[in-house]
Amino acid sequence: MDFSLSKEHKLLQEMYRKFAENEVKPLAQEIDEEERFPRENIGKLARYGFFGIPYPKEYEGQGGDYLAYIMAVEELAKVCATTATIVAAHATLGVFPIYQYGTEEQKKKYLPDLLSGRKLGAFALTEPGAGSDSSMQQTKAVKDGDNYILNGTKCFITNAGEADIYIVSTMTDKSKGNHGISTFIVEKGTPGFSFGKHEKKMGIRGSATADLIFENAVVPAANMLGQEGQGFKIMMSTLDAGRISIGAVATGIAEGAYDICVKYVKERKQFGRNLAAFQNTKFELADIKTRIDAAQLMLYKAACEKEAGRPYGLYAAQCKYLCATTASDATRRCLQLFGGYGYMREYDIERMMRDAKITEIYEGTSEVQKIVIANHLKIK
Amino acid sequence: MKIVVCIKQVPDTTEVKLDPKTNTLIRDGVPSIINPDDKAGIEAALEIKERLNDGSTVTIVSMGPPQADVALREALAMGADEAYLLSDRAFGGSDTFATSTIIAAGLKKIGYDLVITGRQAIDGDTAQVGPQIAEHLGIPQVSYAEEILSIDDKQVVVKRQFEDRYHILELPVPCLITALSELAEPRYMSVHGIYDAYREKEVKVLGFEDLKDMFDPANIGLKGSPTNVYKSFTKQAKGAGTKYDDVSADEAVKIIVDKLEERHII
Repeated sequence: MDFSLSKEHKLLQEMYRKFAENEVKPLAQEIDEEERFPRENIGKLARYGFFGIPYPKEYEGQGGDYLAYIMAVEELAKVCATTATIVAAHATLGVFPIYQYGTEEQKKKYLPDLLSGRKLGAFALTEPGAGSDSSMQQTKAVKDGDNYILNGTKCFITNAGEADIYIVSTMTDKSKGNHGISTFIVEKGTPGFSFGKHEKKMGIRGSATADLIFENAVVPAANMLGQEGQGFKIMMSTLDAGRISIGAVATGIAEGAYDICVKYVKERKQFGRNLAAFQNTKFELADIKTRIDAAQLMLYKAACEKEAGRPYGLYAAQCKYLCATTASDATRRCLQLFGGYGYMREYDIERMMRDAKITEIYEGTSEVQKIVIANHLKIK
Repeated sequence: MKIVVCIKQVPDTTEVKLDPKTNTLIRDGVPSIINPDDKAGIEAALEIKERLNDGSTVTIVSMGPPQADVALREALAMGADEAYLLSDRAFGGSDTFATSTIIAAGLKKIGYDLVITGRQAIDGDTAQVGPQIAEHLGIPQVSYAEEILSIDDKQVVVKRQFEDRYHILELPVPCLITALSELAEPRYMSVHGIYDAYREKEVKVLGFEDLKDMFDPANIGLKGSPTNVYKSFTKQAKGAGTKYDDVSADEAVKIIVDKLEERHII
């Protein structure tokens, strides 16, 4: 067992870090404050390959591995969880279903634009009445000649309005429950497909979140992913992969918070000493860093298991649960070390604590992860 | 056009700290980087290649220990086509003259149309190696290049920064220019570029045996280096000086003139 990174991964990490520090970090506070989607980051991310890292070059991907992708999300999240979320929602949720389940025609039509970053992807499963219980979906797709007619509403959709391509889960046969779910590729601009208002969120405030509204939207039957009734499997396996990338967002936030906290406690003086000189500070940061490193190990293990082609559902759920919990815990405790300054919106740590919370909720809450983990462990 | 960029791997001097007791550099744990002026040279070369779009290539050359491999991989990951590392125990201890002798020999072996070097390295700060290479090769050179105004396979037009003016200079190809960091803002490595740098491309190593017919062995390495370090010492730190705030320009002039007179400088 060797835990060291390869030469490629080291160089990738160096590149991600420089890019994140110079190009992404300067905007992080501003887009949070203005609740503004960072359009200006998209072109830069695309130029250097961030949107297609773990996909083959034949579809304009970067030909990388899953760990390389996970490390990119992690490094972006260190400085800006919004940007990391945009990339993760695109590269796993928006792209993976097409890459894994698409026909060759669908892949050739959609992947080059998505993997090069010319177009952005998104994924729509959640509905107002179907969150953790995704079998309660109400969005319907009814066959009509060569098309399907979609009606219903998806909510809390990341990249909504900004993305060009949407992976949409629908009910094609309600009587079959989960086996009546089918998945479609829906393009922005499809007649009858529109967006709800921009949701105001606690954290990741630069990322776009809105309803997708389908009112007799006409989607070609050729845009169905896999077979009719295969949708539940497609969505669940996509979420398995997505969980690792959310683990990366969470780990990155925790690492970013730790880094700025260490810097702060070495500078801030109280009672004539640096905060770093107090035993409470030492114990807190020792404990926080140990937990972060453990979460990162779980994250990298999940990524490597997926890359190796072995079953990774258990590790993905464990990683998402552990990393998200760690991020919330680490940011809250780091903020406490900042004291009153940490509570001020001028300081990054305040944003990081708000950003961390979402990682315990989106792409499966921590409670759902524990259900998944218990199922894998056959605790029934 | 074959564009060759000569680069040096240097310690990141912004990260270097002084040992307060011995006044020597603490090099442990200091990251190595591509010298910034050289990196601007790489970017300029890549931009020329993209602008010409005629099958021109960018070759990177570095002299250094085997660890310099990573600097060359970084250049490949930015988009350079090929890389050569000039490395041999016999090259160790070379001063600027011996270094430029070896690099010029490497360039003769590899071939070139346009050679770009950085203006100077942040560790040595001599600004000698680039111009010396041009002398060894017997080709025209322009140092302190701030902008490449035009280029084709016959001629390069360069804007050179001078103390109080610019020079616009035409050079016939082949030629050498030394790049200021203002010449071009380096791009990042790309993800696929990093994979290519390790999987598709190679760093070719040229040693003494490969180059011995291209130089006089008496001119390389420690023995071939005419420079001898007589003494090195740390400069005494100056005091903070006297600061005057809130004085008018006329008052400031008077204060300065009085001080200079007081010290018999004027």
